[in-house]
Amino acid sequence: MADSERQGLRAILAVAVIAVCAAGLISVSHEISAERIERNVAERQMRSLHEVLDPSLYDNDLVGTQVWAINPDLLGTTEPVQVFLATRDGEPAAAIFAAVAPRGYNGAINLLVGVDAAGVIQGVRVTDHRETPGLGDQIEIAISDWVTGFDGTSLSNPPLPQWAVAADDGRFDAFTGATVTPRAVVQAVRDTLVYFGEHQSELFERAAAAEDVGTDPESTGANPP
Amino acid sequence: MSGASGSEIAMSGARSLFADGFWRNNAAFVQLLGLCPLLAITTTLVNGLALGIATTLVLIATNSVVSLVRGALVPSVRILIFVLIIASLVTTVDMLTNAFFHDLYRVLGLFIPLIITNCAILAQAESMASRHRIDRAALSGLATGLGFAAALVLLGGLREIVGSGTLFSGMQFLFGEAARDMYVDLPNDGMLAAILPPGAFFGLAALIALRNFLTTGETAVPVRRSETEAPT
Repeated sequence: MADSERQGLRAILAVAVIAVCAAGLISVSHEISAERIERNVAERQMRSLHEVLDPSLYDNDLVGTQVWAINPDLLGTTEPVQVFLATRDGEPAAAIFAAVAPRGYNGAINLLVGVDAAGVIQGVRVTDHRETPGLGDQIEIAISDWVTGFDGTSLSNPPLPQWAVAADDGRFDAFTGATVTPRAVVQAVRDTLVYFGEHQSELFERAAAAEDVGTDPESTGANPP
Repeated sequence: MSGASGSEIAMSGARSLFADGFWRNNAAFVQLLGLCPLLAITTTLVNGLALGIATTLVLIATNSVVSLVRGALVPSVRILIFVLIIASLVTTVDMLTNAFFHDLYRVLGLFIPLIITNCAILAQAESMASRHRIDRAALSGLATGLGFAAALVLLGGLREIVGSGTLFSGMQFLFGEAARDMYVDLPNDGMLAAILPPGAFFGLAALIALRNFLTTGETAVPVRRSETEAPT
């Protein structure tokens, strides 16, 4: 009896010591790395924003000028969508939408859509997707330059009926064996343009109002409800 | 081997230990361990190589730590302790790569947590590291890791060649922009099935069959070689 009790105590002690060491190791490496990880993520976000919007086109603090937009029909999600607003000399210059293409082959595809104040696409990038490797993943810029086909397009170029993949009599190429994926992306980019066309002035007004109120973005409605 | 000196015996012991982890008891092809990450990520050679490197580093680390604390192990809770050690080391590797090798992390990031699901690491802790000195445990970890990495690279390369008609695509993620040109476009068109999950099973089956063919005639090897077995 005493023997098995001692065994049990030893087991508890061993697990406790190892658990404390493991927790210590993890908190030390968290301490070392947390700040750098945060900086890396911010840098990466800035880099990806600059992929869809040339930094020479604006002069404000892009990451600091965000509003949230909710429109399940046009922005592809019931969640609030992040919108970065770029201004130049105080005038609206461009917006970047973290839009969602809800009807990908394997679920939603996350996009960054950069569009200037005239409604012309400055750049589109896919930030996250689960499309089939070797087929649908050609929407990734690392794999094919298909997504650069949006550069310079707008709702009038090509005309609205041609905002579709070639298989649907549209102007955008599809991939061999994968039509669903490019169709979803084309629709999402088109819908984002439609939304921006309808809400552009409202978005910039909200951003300006948030800035006027000053340092506390929580109280301005700039954040999601 | 009556004339063999001590160091020669130690040397051949080390060589036998290495051959054991790398080839005779290859984690992927013989023990069939770690199949979850193996089948999931081997769509290209580079993916396989990346996970192979990460797994090897984690195996050396976990084997060393488990070997160091083996004196304090209590049999009834040893698996719990192994899992604690493996999980905390993998988490640490995950955070440190994220902080200091951020570009590499963007490629490996998905795969590093997958290492925890690799049973080969738990098997090494149980059958090797908790019974042997740290140098032997670390060497065995290295050998097992390299053997697993070789399997990942072979399967990844095979699936990439058959499935995409390319080889070495994405090398720039691991070795910088200069390696982008290592990409080879092969004359064959990709056969999608090889990239999809069934292709992983077919590919693995083909490689296991090949390994079995190559070892025809070799005598069966006990799964666990005892420490005292004399090198012959």
